[in-house]
Amino acid sequence: MENIQELIKSVCPSAEFDTTGEKLLVIVPDKDWHALAKSLKENPALDFDLLSAVVGMDWKETLGVVYYLTSTSHDWYMLGVRVETADRENPMLHSVSDLWKVALFQEREVYDFYGIKFINHPDMRRMFLRNDWVGYPLRKDYDDDPKLNPMRLEDEKNEDDTVAYIEQPDGTIKEEKRKIFGDDDYVVNIGPQHPSTHGVMRFRTSVDGERIKKVDVVSGYIHRGIEKLSEGLTYPQVLHFSDRMDYMSAHMNRHCLCMCIEKALGIEVPRRAQVIRVMMDELMRISSHLLAFGCTAMDMGGTTCFFYGFRERERILDIFEKTCGARMSLNYNVIGGVIADLHPDFQKDVKALCEIMPKCLDEYHKVFSGNVIARERMIGVGMLSKEDAINYAITGPSGRGSNWSNDTRKHVPYSIYPELDFEEVLGDGCDSYSRYMVRMREIEQSVKILEQLVDNIPEGDIRAQVPKIVKLPAGRWYQQVEASRGAFGVYIESTGEKNPYRLHYQSPCFNLIGVMDLTCRGNLIADLITINAALDFVVPDIDR
Amino acid sequence: MNVSSIMYNFGDVTHWINNLLTSFLPQWGATLVECVLVALVLLGVYTVLALFYILYERKLCAWFQCRLGPMRVGRWGLLQVFADMFKILIKELIPLKGTDKFLFKLAPYIIIASSVTMLACLPWGQGMQIINYNIGIFFVLSVSSVGILGILLAGWSSNNKYTLIGAMRSGAQMVSYELSLGLAIITMVVFAGTMNINEIVWAQERGWFIFTGHVPAIIAMIIYVIAATAETNRGPFDLPEAEHELTAGYHTEYSGIHFGFFYLAEYLNLFIVSGIASLMFLGGWMPFHVEGWDGFNHIMDYCPGTIWFLIKAFFISYVIIWFKWTFPRVRIDQMLALEWKYLMPFALANLVLMALCVTMGWTF
Repeated sequence: MENIQELIKSVCPSAEFDTTGEKLLVIVPDKDWHALAKSLKENPALDFDLLSAVVGMDWKETLGVVYYLTSTSHDWYMLGVRVETADRENPMLHSVSDLWKVALFQEREVYDFYGIKFINHPDMRRMFLRNDWVGYPLRKDYDDDPKLNPMRLEDEKNEDDTVAYIEQPDGTIKEEKRKIFGDDDYVVNIGPQHPSTHGVMRFRTSVDGERIKKVDVVSGYIHRGIEKLSEGLTYPQVLHFSDRMDYMSAHMNRHCLCMCIEKALGIEVPRRAQVIRVMMDELMRISSHLLAFGCTAMDMGGTTCFFYGFRERERILDIFEKTCGARMSLNYNVIGGVIADLHPDFQKDVKALCEIMPKCLDEYHKVFSGNVIARERMIGVGMLSKEDAINYAITGPSGRGSNWSNDTRKHVPYSIYPELDFEEVLGDGCDSYSRYMVRMREIEQSVKILEQLVDNIPEGDIRAQVPKIVKLPAGRWYQQVEASRGAFGVYIESTGEKNPYRLHYQSPCFNLIGVMDLTCRGNLIADLITINAALDFVVPDIDR
Repeated sequence: MNVSSIMYNFGDVTHWINNLLTSFLPQWGATLVECVLVALVLLGVYTVLALFYILYERKLCAWFQCRLGPMRVGRWGLLQVFADMFKILIKELIPLKGTDKFLFKLAPYIIIASSVTMLACLPWGQGMQIINYNIGIFFVLSVSSVGILGILLAGWSSNNKYTLIGAMRSGAQMVSYELSLGLAIITMVVFAGTMNINEIVWAQERGWFIFTGHVPAIIAMIIYVIAATAETNRGPFDLPEAEHELTAGYHTEYSGIHFGFFYLAEYLNLFIVSGIASLMFLGGWMPFHVEGWDGFNHIMDYCPGTIWFLIKAFFISYVIIWFKWTFPRVRIDQMLALEWKYLMPFALANLVLMALCVTMGWTF
């Protein structure tokens, strides 16, 4: 990747390069962007097959998007691309959703918050907000007067209408009205209040008998505007939001945010804090996978397994409670380390957990994984090929169930993970069962990591010296960790103030709902629940 | 030794009441009074049984799941179900827009009527039976089909997509599984040589059918228990109300006691199918007898028939509850495949096997 600038220059002479940041940033005019994107993806010397993050931006004079692209074949080399437009009234950029399918939803989010219309995107609706919302909230000139957007008491109109901006051969843009569902479709609402959507999530599902013809994801019922809120808060204040996105990966999310800030500040985290953080991450992963096991079983009607999963998860929550003082919103990682030292019982409790987990896993496999009904319900259901998994950026256990090696801990190592001995678990079934089994086997690997560390927690500080007022230098940073459900990313752009100019969370669950339509089509309604459970998304992570 | 010489015959009580009433009332008046009495007793038994079953399942389910179950109201939570019943009685019946009002209200009564009628056919002990026909078991089967109508009506009249899907599922499921259920029962009818429930019980005086009918009877019982689980919409065949897919299936829109009727009927149907299983395979109220062991049989007879009947029914219910809290739910296509590809052909073959055994005299 040394000659990447030349390669890009040869395709797109108008591209400019910004090498001041931690990652190379390519600045491309919109008219050349799609052609460059095509060659970035398809040229074997570049081979950027994974679109890791799409960050909408408002630079005041211009509106734009920063795309983070990863080349999995070139040692997970990551590159930023900045595309912008000076038109604030009717901003339009070219969509790359035809190249990376993950952009289908990601660009809708950008449209929702910045009003940037993507040319050739097939479905330019708002992602989270109501379609009668006035204004684009993440723009710097957004008017948040409650009179403009009062509490609306009636349903949204025209739920079935969408629009696409199609570029004609002569270069003009034509607005095309489209329909999500036709008049003949029998549309069943799964959600927003539904026992097995794992939160307030809504799938509008058109069915033929019990067979699913199409799934339309409607999201945003619990969106809290964390990214917007963060822009008005200082860095230490921002931290607590990260526990409240994917609450099943609270430690990892916060670890990621802290690492991103520490990277920007150039802080070296003490060894003891690093070990504690990794141990907490792995405990969190076990607890999350136990919940996934329980919910998968329960969604398929095996209520008893749910309690078995929760029985062991309870022990982990007890460990968290002793050290962090909380069970859900843990607030444990802080900039430079962790907030409090370990509880004296910590090692004893972790050892006890490591001891019982293999027996418990055997029990789960006996009751559920090996059960003929459970196998019949999951094997071959919700097929997702490896190509689709990469194209839709399905990272984490769900992507690894499609035999795609994507563990951030292995490919983009961080903290002390390079020193640890653990395997990346892969499954080759590409179906719900494979995803489920990857989770179960990851519990074993996490136990293995805990066993390596529990007797080797070094003495020392738990926190590095951090300035009283945290001010990041001007610049941009992107940090990823392996959360329970996939690669979790944090993008910070700073102008040198106490608060971030832009803070974007790249959440793995947001990508997971992008494949609901693909995986559910042609399956039965009951399979939607299975697929849903095996993808294992957490709604607050989608509606940040 | 004759069972009736030791065991109490409830028929004596009913005869005494009948004689008492006819002594001062005309025949029609006595019959009317008896009918009212029977109805009161039946409803009382129905309610008490349903309450017992709700507690029974909640406790069992809790123990399967490493929990305690209800513990707060009364000792060991024994009064919890009464509190629940009282609560459901005082709940508002919420009328909904767009429903077919008449059918919507009719549906729970159809279901409850069919299950009460079935309950009336069960023999609780010697002479303790309300309806005794010469085609008794056939009557039970036909009445049980009426219950499906209630579910279909409930689903259809609610004007809700979930209920409609739930009702269609349940229609497909119950119509299919009724076949295996019926075939398993017919197999035993072939063996017993009668459809009269009372006579079926008496035919097991020398030993329960599960032992005297050996292989075909055991196969028939396995088929019966699976089909009965499906017939009562219980897990792993609880698709019509699959709460994780269809919120509550066909009774999503019901509230208050109308919902309570569905709930009660579900538990009572569990008791009824268990009761029929105990009648067809485990001798109904007949104590455990081994031919030739007169002393042993004599001791067994000291336990009243009603207790025998209840223990057997509760045991079968335990097995069905155990299924529910262990297995995940099957999918609609898998459920139909199980019935049409496996259970029904097996049941048919088993019927032939039983007929062969009976004609060749290969039974005990």
